[in-house]
Amino acid sequence: MHFGPHLLLAALEGLVTSAVLALTALGLSLVFGVMRVVNVAHGEFFMLGAVLAWAISTAISGHPALGFLAALVLAPLIVGAIALVAERLVLRRLNYNPEATIVATIGMLYIIQQLALTFYGPEARPVEPPFSYRILLPWFGYSGYKLSIIAASALLLVATWLVLTHTKIGLVMRATQYDSETAQAFGIPVDRVYAGVFALGAMLAAVAAVLIVPISQAHYLMGQDPLLLSFIVVIIGGLGSLRGTLVAAVLIGLSDGIISVFFSPTLAKIIATLLVAMVLVFRPQGLFGTASR
Amino acid sequence: MKDASPAKPYALHLGVIALLFALSFVLPDYHHGLLARIMVLAVFAMGYNMLFGYVGLLSLGHAMFFAAGLYGAGLAVIHLGWSVPAAFAVGILCGAVLSLVIGVLALRTSGVAFMIVTMMFAQVFYLVMLYLASWTGGDQGMVVPQPARVLSFGATSLELTNPTVRYMSALALFSIVLLVTLAIVRSRYGRVLVAIRENEERTKMLGYDTFSNKLAAVVVSGTICAASGAAYALLFGYVGSSFASVQYSILPLLWVLLGGAATTLGPLVGTLFMYYVVDITSGYTSAYLLIVGIALILLVLFFPKGILGTIRHRWLGWLP
Repeated sequence: MHFGPHLLLAALEGLVTSAVLALTALGLSLVFGVMRVVNVAHGEFFMLGAVLAWAISTAISGHPALGFLAALVLAPLIVGAIALVAERLVLRRLNYNPEATIVATIGMLYIIQQLALTFYGPEARPVEPPFSYRILLPWFGYSGYKLSIIAASALLLVATWLVLTHTKIGLVMRATQYDSETAQAFGIPVDRVYAGVFALGAMLAAVAAVLIVPISQAHYLMGQDPLLLSFIVVIIGGLGSLRGTLVAAVLIGLSDGIISVFFSPTLAKIIATLLVAMVLVFRPQGLFGTASR
Repeated sequence: MKDASPAKPYALHLGVIALLFALSFVLPDYHHGLLARIMVLAVFAMGYNMLFGYVGLLSLGHAMFFAAGLYGAGLAVIHLGWSVPAAFAVGILCGAVLSLVIGVLALRTSGVAFMIVTMMFAQVFYLVMLYLASWTGGDQGMVVPQPARVLSFGATSLELTNPTVRYMSALALFSIVLLVTLAIVRSRYGRVLVAIRENEERTKMLGYDTFSNKLAAVVVSGTICAASGAAYALLFGYVGSSFASVQYSILPLLWVLLGGAATTLGPLVGTLFMYYVVDITSGYTSAYLLIVGIALILLVLFFPKGILGTIRHRWLGWLP
């Protein structure tokens, strides 16, 4: 294959990564933005989504699309419910203290990971894609399902954006993010907003995982990379800034796709992580974020 | 609160050291070996406690300092054929230099950003160790050859593979670090660190250079952790990338939280307790990470002060 088509292939792969990453990172960013909680267990909610997708799609016989659609609806709901319970039982009792919640979410990470290992096992298991149409380009054939991931993710992102900017729920969330005490004084049930946001963040990660699982298999350790990449995206985009998160997700996804096609993936990760650490050291508000209040 | 007379705390600490010395002759083989390992790892926890307990800086990347000592000492023996004392010194030096560099960078941030930055630097360190697999052995790790693990003084030589020598070396390192920590904590400098933890702005206003004090604390902490790592490589003869992984950054946090942050003996108590909990439960289940996770959550929820922290709060106010 020549350089041009090779680059196009790398860019397409990168866009698929970006699409999934944007959803996952948006969940992390919402939780951090509204609640000021750094959720280290976010990657495990992603993993749970994928594992549940496998469980649901194997439980439902018939056309693979049927099982996949059921997983797409049910898996995020179950993950959201688990997150809600975790929030009520642990995070609320810690009064959302930033340092205590980090330690607690590290605890959740280990618990979820170990339970997945115990009940799901160490194997990587595939989920059948709902359809297997290949789009023929002049140089190579490309999976139609991968392109539909990009479309589905874009749709979900636009929907989230609309909810945040054009509905009362979004208004309440933004008010809580801006100043939770004043919001409370105006009769906004801040407590319930926090619970909802934490569940929503976990659900976004789970949806992303259900979308990606037909092309990458479900495994109990699969939450580590998305967690690190989401952190990178949220930091570069500016902590708590949604537009920045989107731009950064596309940037990171594309460069990750392209760099790891041409160089060693470990080297790509080293460079990316180091760059982001430097961004956080020298420009804590992120590349696109505005200075914090 | 603090008793002015230094007699009580020093007597307590010397008593603990004497007890550990005496235990060496009583314990059955299995627990003897386990306790040697626990003492080395307790040094790691003490180094972590220096920064987390006394300065209030929560790092999620201390595995890199431990691993710097581990690789520094281990690779010096494996690739350069250096003697044990030289390799140990190199390990410590690696940790000191690394912690100075990381400190200068990471201390520009604070709070949550500090945690994430330290975690990311540790991740970079971990990935670099994996990337340089031809020297470090990657995730397989490398064994430090037994014949090289010998301490020689002139004609006499001590084999570090011998259980008694190993136990006594671990105890020696542990005792030195314990007494040094106690001295630092009780010194003027230790009080400045606590002042920074309690109110950094006010400390700055009183004329203290908080940045260089914090930087010194990062270096002391990183160097102690590296000493623990170097000792681990030389005493137990294995270096591997798993010691640089994020899990080894979380474990010292867990041990310190459990034993009691900002208590000098807390790291030992926490490490000892956690090791035996995992040891006992691993007889029933392989799910030891589950126990670590539940322990972390229960600790932050119900015992944020840890075992010794609670004892100090309730009964023994003089406990350092």
